[in-house]
Amino acid sequence: MLKLDRVSKVYKVGAFGGTELHAVGEASFEVLPGQIVALIGESGSGKSTIGRMILRLSPITSGTITFEGVDITTFRRRGLKEYYRRVQGVFQDPFSSFNPIFKVDRAFATVRGEFFPETSRAEFGGKLAAALESVALNPRDVLGKYPHQLSGGQLQRLLVARALLLDIRCLVADEIISMLDASTRVDVLNLLGDLRSRGLGIVFITHDLSLGHYISDQTVILRGGVVVEMGPTERVFAHPQHEYTRMLLASVPQLHARWGSADDHVVASP
Amino acid sequence: MTTSARDVGVAEPELAALPAPRRGPEFLYFARRNVKLLIGVSIVGLMLLLAIIGPFLVPGDPNAYVGPSAEAPSSAYWFGTTTFGQDVFAQFVHGLRNTFLVGALAGGIAAAIGMVVGFTAGYRGGVVDEGLSAFTNVILVIPTLAVMLIVAAYLTVRGVVVEALLIGFTSWPWAARAIRAQTFSLTAREFVDVARLSGMPSRRIIFREIAPNMSSYLFMTFILLFGGAVLIAATLDFIGLGPTQGTSLGLMMNNAVLWSALQLGVWWWFVPPGLGIMAIVGGLYIMNVGLDEVFNPKLRET
Amino acid sequence: MALRVEDLRVYYRSLSGDVKALDGVSFAVADGEIMGVAGESGCGKSTLGKSLIRLDTRMRYVAGRVDLDAAELPIWDDGRMNPYRYKAVSIVPQYAMSALNPTRRVGRMVAELLQSRGIRPKTVMPELERRLDLVGLSNDVLRRYPIELSGGMKQRTVMVISTLLNPSLLIADEITSALDVSSQRAVAEMLVGFRDREFVKSMIVITHDLAILYQMADSILVMYAGKLAEKAPAEAIITAPRHPYTRLLISSLPEVGVRYTDRKLSGIAGKPPALLDPPVGCRFRDRCPLASAKCLEEPPFVEVEPGHHVACWEA
Repeated sequence: MLKLDRVSKVYKVGAFGGTELHAVGEASFEVLPGQIVALIGESGSGKSTIGRMILRLSPITSGTITFEGVDITTFRRRGLKEYYRRVQGVFQDPFSSFNPIFKVDRAFATVRGEFFPETSRAEFGGKLAAALESVALNPRDVLGKYPHQLSGGQLQRLLVARALLLDIRCLVADEIISMLDASTRVDVLNLLGDLRSRGLGIVFITHDLSLGHYISDQTVILRGGVVVEMGPTERVFAHPQHEYTRMLLASVPQLHARWGSADDHVVASP
Repeated sequence: MTTSARDVGVAEPELAALPAPRRGPEFLYFARRNVKLLIGVSIVGLMLLLAIIGPFLVPGDPNAYVGPSAEAPSSAYWFGTTTFGQDVFAQFVHGLRNTFLVGALAGGIAAAIGMVVGFTAGYRGGVVDEGLSAFTNVILVIPTLAVMLIVAAYLTVRGVVVEALLIGFTSWPWAARAIRAQTFSLTAREFVDVARLSGMPSRRIIFREIAPNMSSYLFMTFILLFGGAVLIAATLDFIGLGPTQGTSLGLMMNNAVLWSALQLGVWWWFVPPGLGIMAIVGGLYIMNVGLDEVFNPKLRET
Repeated sequence: MALRVEDLRVYYRSLSGDVKALDGVSFAVADGEIMGVAGESGCGKSTLGKSLIRLDTRMRYVAGRVDLDAAELPIWDDGRMNPYRYKAVSIVPQYAMSALNPTRRVGRMVAELLQSRGIRPKTVMPELERRLDLVGLSNDVLRRYPIELSGGMKQRTVMVISTLLNPSLLIADEITSALDVSSQRAVAEMLVGFRDREFVKSMIVITHDLAILYQMADSILVMYAGKLAEKAPAEAIITAPRHPYTRLLISSLPEVGVRYTDRKLSGIAGKPPALLDPPVGCRFRDRCPLASAKCLEEPPFVEVEPGHHVACWEA
């Protein structure tokens, strides 16, 4: 469904753009429907850059990204809008993702104005209620409120609901959990699991290996913009091939084994 | 789980009653208490009132020769008369009105250009930003004085509008730079990305998402441009490059110096316009500092 | 020596009233103990840390007593706390590594800091260099600007500087949160090393990450909405928690290694109460599956097992 083929991103920095910064180097992977692919890496690994390129928020330097067989760089105004009907994104900071001076409803009103101009208010209200229900939010709790009056978890769910309004096939979730409290993280993660069972393909970008291990089917490990290891999640975590992956796994603090104990890099079996 | 807890629970405070930084009421609360803002608004308000109703109190041509020459302030002529017998008070209030007009017009033009250039450079970045910044820097170094001298050589009859246009077209650069910097930081916020993902065209994103977020900043920028324009206009008038007709505070001071008011002891000719300019510009700047404190919680003294 | 806190209450002033950020906490930290303080946003853990060294002028000390090394800490008085800061009590505040002055070389900044505390830099420089070496940083770091150092390097530098005078108590506020996974382990192990080498006597490590506390802390204190929920040795908290909040929290963490397809984890519905006007009785009441009418009365923080304190009627 979504395919990246040797995608690279090079920034020109410095005076007169003399120096080159290779943010992403020849990354290739694929996302199928009903699949969650975790892009795992530390800061500077290029994972967010890949997310932005998929969403056409940053231009691609070389390589191709195809969605359902079509190269996404070919889309212009109307084609791009159609692309956004199928692919959407949710970002890290829920409080930054909403314009703080407007109520949260405005984000939905914008979607209605841009994508459903012909739909009546009542019909759109029905769609909105259905979308809110699928993210386990009560309209009365969240509509008509300002972003600072709601919690991070509620705001992230609202953003997912906004994406669902558009009947998307693919969602790019860029560190959507990291700014949430521990007790609400898992609920938003489980939401991604629900979406997967409805047939969505999800690109789950995170630095947290435990989250990736919990929810994803495929794992892509990135370092310095380059894919160092890739494969089914269980296999990558149980038998890491690359030394960097092994180092990462060894550094993750876990709740069932201490660092330095015999089995600290092995993930517990159910 | 929640039903049993709710049954025994005490009513939780409603979300809406939580201490939240609501913009409306909180802004007014602090606005009313900020000394600098109150002082600034009072001064400027007073001057504005004079500018509006003053000319109705003393109708007619302010440059007409109406009274005895060089008479000190009295009940007949509140600000006295000039060496030609003109009513200083009449000149003052008409000049005040012109000053405000020039300030508003020039300030408005500068603000408009500054916003267009600043928003575009800040939002687009890259090559567009570099080009616009270069252009801004070029305009920044053009001296208004030199331009006015050249214009004065070509236009023997100048009005208030021409002066306002010239000031407006040469004083927008710093506003453009300030707006560009603010726009940079706002564009990096994720709600702009979300707006792009909603298919919003750039122009609409700038005016409907970014600009409202910096409305207080834009307001303050306009106030500073207004004050700056008044000052520049007064300076230009003072050295004789201002409008050829009508009167303004700067022009009054120009005439006063020209006709040796200081040496003759006719202090009432130049003191009122001088104080007037000082009051307006000073009042505007004080108001701006006060507004900054009101809008920016970090600057408030707890 | 030990730290003892009795019924500490610290509120924040706000336009609408007092926010009861820390509402009556009592606990003790023994000599050589690393105690972790865990909790979610708004639980009061950062307030606790900052109140022990009195760093934030918006805080209003209301009641309570803090004893360090059997002497009372004057935490209500900014001026009187000054001699204790950096020497007896030291803090690594949140975002410390981003707060290094970007226009100063690190060495110069340290010299200025020492001078401001009335210490001649030359007397402690050798020790500083020895410790930098110990944590794997070359002395070259002192000649560099902060921007030239990586996140992990900056954090380690800040920690060495904060413990230079061998304080009795070190408060570490979210020191690993902004770091990459690979640096987190190094920094956490470094902190334990400091305690083992007696550079620091006792430590309070504040974080939301229970997993890292399990790796490095001796005991864990769980806070909720300004009050203490549970305190026990780290192993006991993770494997046999007794407070419903702790239990639910731990069972919602993916760090246990479970997969969604095998067993779906669940979080805790709802959110913590607003602290402007906190609810009567137990503050976890609204989200607790075991809540009953008894919970309208606030449960005391009692020792149910040796070394294991819980504030719950059902524990």
